[in-house]
Amino acid sequence: MAEPEVIPIVAEADVVHVRQVVRARATELRFSLVDQTKLVTAASELARNALNYGGGGRAEIQVVSSGSRRGLRVVFVDEGPGIPNVAEAMRDGFTTGNGLGLGLGGAKRLVNEFEIESAVGKGTRIAITRWA
Amino acid sequence: MPENTNLSTLLAQHEGDILTAWLREQASSGARTMRVLGEAEAREQSARLVGAIRVGLASGSADAIDGPGWEQAREVLSTVSRDGAQAGLTPGETALFVLSLKRPLFALLRRQAGNDADALGEDMWRTTMLLDRLAVYTTEVAQRTRDEIIQRQQGEMLELSTPVVKLWEGILALPLIGTLDSRRTQIVMESLLERIVETGADIAIIDITGVPTVDTLVAQHLIKTVNAARLMGTECIISGIRPQIAQTIVHLGVDLQGVVTKATLADAFALALAKSGRTVGSVIR
Amino acid sequence: MERIPILKMGRFLLVTIQVDMDDRLADTLQNDLTARISQTGARGVLIDISAVDLVDSFIGRMLANVAAMARVLDAETVVVGMRPAVAITLVELGLALPGIRTALDVDRGMKLLRQALGESTSADG
Repeated sequence: MAEPEVIPIVAEADVVHVRQVVRARATELRFSLVDQTKLVTAASELARNALNYGGGGRAEIQVVSSGSRRGLRVVFVDEGPGIPNVAEAMRDGFTTGNGLGLGLGGAKRLVNEFEIESAVGKGTRIAITRWA
Repeated sequence: MPENTNLSTLLAQHEGDILTAWLREQASSGARTMRVLGEAEAREQSARLVGAIRVGLASGSADAIDGPGWEQAREVLSTVSRDGAQAGLTPGETALFVLSLKRPLFALLRRQAGNDADALGEDMWRTTMLLDRLAVYTTEVAQRTRDEIIQRQQGEMLELSTPVVKLWEGILALPLIGTLDSRRTQIVMESLLERIVETGADIAIIDITGVPTVDTLVAQHLIKTVNAARLMGTECIISGIRPQIAQTIVHLGVDLQGVVTKATLADAFALALAKSGRTVGSVIR
Repeated sequence: MERIPILKMGRFLLVTIQVDMDDRLADTLQNDLTARISQTGARGVLIDISAVDLVDSFIGRMLANVAAMARVLDAETVVVGMRPAVAITLVELGLALPGIRTALDVDRGMKLLRQALGESTSADG
């Protein structure tokens, strides 16, 4: 597998940057427009979470392959407070109380694979994959 | 002693000769690759591959070719596979391109071996393993490219087989015929949304008179499409729901979410006209 | 700082979004629009997103907020030109964009605004 491309997420402009890089990689892999849009939108949601909820972090973008198909895997890592109840956070309509929905359930519907590891005090790591 | 030093050194010393011998081999064996890609292109890629193999061998290991030392070789092989696949070469033919390098390499090893049969045997074994791996890699890339091409063509065929019809100014109809599977429904629906933008339709009628059965996934796609069209500013009407499909929908508990339905395309058209402020009148003669 | 321009067209305001907005720009737009509606007494707001290739939950909420605030200030909002890929993604995300009317393009959007305000469709608003 190729080396992942790492993009730091420390300011709002970085969320836009993550969108643009994911869009560019998806275009190179000849994703359909709809699939591209879904992946980039999910990436935007998760990048924003890493920034606003996780206090900043990074996105790691990697081309992956399985048999004859190829796809993009994006991993969002932050060393923030962590999510106390992941199952609850994945429910639609869940908000952290300060008005920011985490949008995890929605993001999950936009991708083919969704993995999340998070614990209080241990930060959060979310990996999404979309096949071309 | 690191493996393949013998081949590695020999290749470095005799790169030019190997390339010449290989090109001759390709031309004389009638391998399709040279003919399909054209001699200039075949020459260029062959030269790049020999160079890349030298680099890969120099990086140490030939047990596997997925390390960074073999990246150059993988890149050349990917290019040949993709260009070949698009020009109509089968994955097998692209593999033969790589395998035809064995003969000149073996010839070189034999020339340099002297009397040491065991050493020659070892070297030939390692060389054949290496080239087999490279050939397999080429086949995988070629296969993947062919799959991509086929998928794209299937998509295009599906789009063509379900035309979107303009019934009137601002009113589109999508008559679906045949069994709908999840993938076909998705493609057709995306195509409908594109046509809505292109033609500026205020109302789109999705007619499923010609669809014998509908399962939950397809029903959900239909509803998602209607919602997407609504978000874009276009109303949808679903017409031609057969009794069996109506039963399935109720049975499966699918919620039509306020989507307007009409029994026939004609009814849907009349409704669409009414919604756009028109009526059909008679001409008085 | 970068701002998205707001044009006044008669009694309507027109905003054309042509850049990839970050959250701060989206917030600024929301504030600017609310201020302009109040200043000008505009009765309608047209937001053209035909050049926008991504609407995520933040931008979706921004649009919904604009519509809600406009309504409080007695103005109607219409979002026009949503691209199919964006619409499909929003549906999948489950974002309903409540209280927002939509239209395929600016002309239709204007027509919708005039109808909503009960005006004749031949005037330019």
